Amino acid sequence: MRLAAELVDLVKDYDLGTFVVHALRGVTLRFPAGDYVAIMGTSGSGKSTLLNLLGALDRPSGGTYVLGGEDVSTLDDDELSRIRNQMIGFVFQSYNLIAQYTVLENIEVPLLYRPGHPPITSADRERCAEVARRVGLGERLDHRPFQLSGGQQQRVAIARALVNDPEILLADEPTGNLDSATEQEILALFDELNGEGRTIVMVTHEPEVARRAKRQIYMRDGVVAGEGVFPG
Amino acid sequence: MSRILRIVQLAMKSLLLHKLRSGLTMLGIVFGVFSVIAMLAIGEGASAQAEKQVLELGATNVIAVSIKPPVESSSGGASRQSRVLAYGLKRTDIELVENLDTVTSIVPIRELPEEARHGRNRLNVRIVGSTAGYLPLNRLKLRSGTFVTEQHNERYENVCVLAENVALELFGFEDPIGKSITLGIHAFEVVGVVETRVASAAVGGSLSGQDFRNDVYVPIETFWLRIGDTVVQRATGSFSVEEVEVSQITLSVVDEKSVVPTAEAVRETLQETHRRQRDYDVVVPLELLEQAKQIRTIFNVVLGSIAAISLVVGGIGIMNIMLATVTERTREIGIRRALGAKQSDVTSQFLTETIVLSGTGGVIGILLGLATPLAFGLVQWFVRTQFLEGAAVGGEMASMFTEMTPRIAWWSLPLAFGFSVAIGVVFGIYPARAAARLDPIEALRHE
Repeated sequence: MRLAAELVDLVKDYDLGTFVVHALRGVTLRFPAGDYVAIMGTSGSGKSTLLNLLGALDRPSGGTYVLGGEDVSTLDDDELSRIRNQMIGFVFQSYNLIAQYTVLENIEVPLLYRPGHPPITSADRERCAEVARRVGLGERLDHRPFQLSGGQQQRVAIARALVNDPEILLADEPTGNLDSATEQEILALFDELNGEGRTIVMVTHEPEVARRAKRQIYMRDGVVAGEGVFPG
Repeated sequence: MSRILRIVQLAMKSLLLHKLRSGLTMLGIVFGVFSVIAMLAIGEGASAQAEKQVLELGATNVIAVSIKPPVESSSGGASRQSRVLAYGLKRTDIELVENLDTVTSIVPIRELPEEARHGRNRLNVRIVGSTAGYLPLNRLKLRSGTFVTEQHNERYENVCVLAENVALELFGFEDPIGKSITLGIHAFEVVGVVETRVASAAVGGSLSGQDFRNDVYVPIETFWLRIGDTVVQRATGSFSVEEVEVSQITLSVVDEKSVVPTAEAVRETLQETHRRQRDYDVVVPLELLEQAKQIRTIFNVVLGSIAAISLVVGGIGIMNIMLATVTERTREIGIRRALGAKQSDVTSQFLTETIVLSGTGGVIGILLGLATPLAFGLVQWFVRTQFLEGAAVGGEMASMFTEMTPRIAWWSLPLAFGFSVAIGVVFGIYPARAAARLDPIEALRHE
């Protein structure tokens, strides 16, 4: 089975001057393509650090991280930007849409930063509209974020994460700000996307949400403490 | 190209999000650019005016003037006695300088303040003894009759030509031609009237300003014969006697490049004949013109620099706002970085915003600057009506101010625009770099 991402003995230390925080102490994980993983753990367990490394927002202090066949653990800042642009789709708890842009423009943002900066063509626009329809936003492309409900905003964020057809979808507490009905809608969308073959890694502290994933990984003190189907 | 367009478009979008803030920030640049253009226009106008005045003296002329040497104060008791002070250019000097190769024509002048009378009317005038060449030299126009001719000079005729103002004061609406007036103790027949000419102001302090309004022109030979060289001046408790043959000699030279060598020759010639005292001066309008041009450059640099300071202040305003904007939009920067924006993308985004801001300010400033002559005209009108009302001549400074028109220096437009864009780059680069260097993780966490 093809691996979407592989972490081998990943270490991350933060040097705070007076002492060193060992945020990750050797994490080894494999995410086959089409996987749907929930990462759980208390705060300080290292799950945020792990998510930052998976999202190529940061570089590990040791170990290797291979994403889509490419070792990204030693790339420079510009290369990491390219990786984030091409291989990773982010979905945040607080949606993180750009307020002055319309729905369509928000979905287009990753296209602005494609390698070589090709101009945005009408085909690109069509693709954005198609992705928006895919996540259930067909009618609202010219709305601004503040005109949308939380669930709709999160759908925009998901569409934006999908527009560059990433290797993995990283979701950080994607339903943390939503009521339970909307939460179910978004989780259903994730199920669908996973059903289409998307690899999803989701950080959450809610067992109810984590149970929707195929696998659950528990983090504690910077290492993987357990793995399995909740409450396994 | 389309990419630049797109970046500019996005920048506009962000700027329009805070219209008031962007507008106020831009105002600094608007006024900076405006003042650069206005200052340079005023500088150009002032120096153009100065150059025009110099040119009125004639660019191909060399002027030798008599100057009164300083009286030695050591001869204490002498002031009570009558004392003849002889100084200035001599009749013999005229012939000497006339024979120089490059001199085409020569106009000697002997002038004296005197009282003119006709019937009951009296007027203090300036008697100017000269030749026919005086008329074209000073660009005077005849109103009626003739000017002083060579014949008048050859025959020592007692004729005179009045300035329009003098004719009006002495004769009212009567035709003065053929009538006679008294100058001091001598009677002269009026043969012509010349039109009033605007006074030419002094330039560089070397030549006093000339006012042609109260002139009476007579043949210089007649002047020498009837009035003579001796002038008696009475003051309370004493009187002094001065002896001057020629007040001024104006030489016209073949062309502009012979002016300076001719002036040199004139200086050398006069030095020979005036060994005893330095009682003359040689003035070269062309040299004054060069001076005026130098002064113009200095003027422009000084005014431009002062205006540039306000442009820099505008730039600091932009930098201040952009730094605040970066802090405010930290989250947005984090989002863009997470979605794949490189540091250079963030830099160019913020830099574009500053340049769009300062560039737009520059364009508005240029438009305002183009209205400088209009605005300056209003100020002039206001000053004239409010402060100088009634006072016919408000002194040299005032006339300099009221007669001047600002001239927009066209080269200052691209200069000011380029400067405003450069200000945008210089003051935008730091905030933009600061934005780009933000840690994406920290930026995403920023509230």
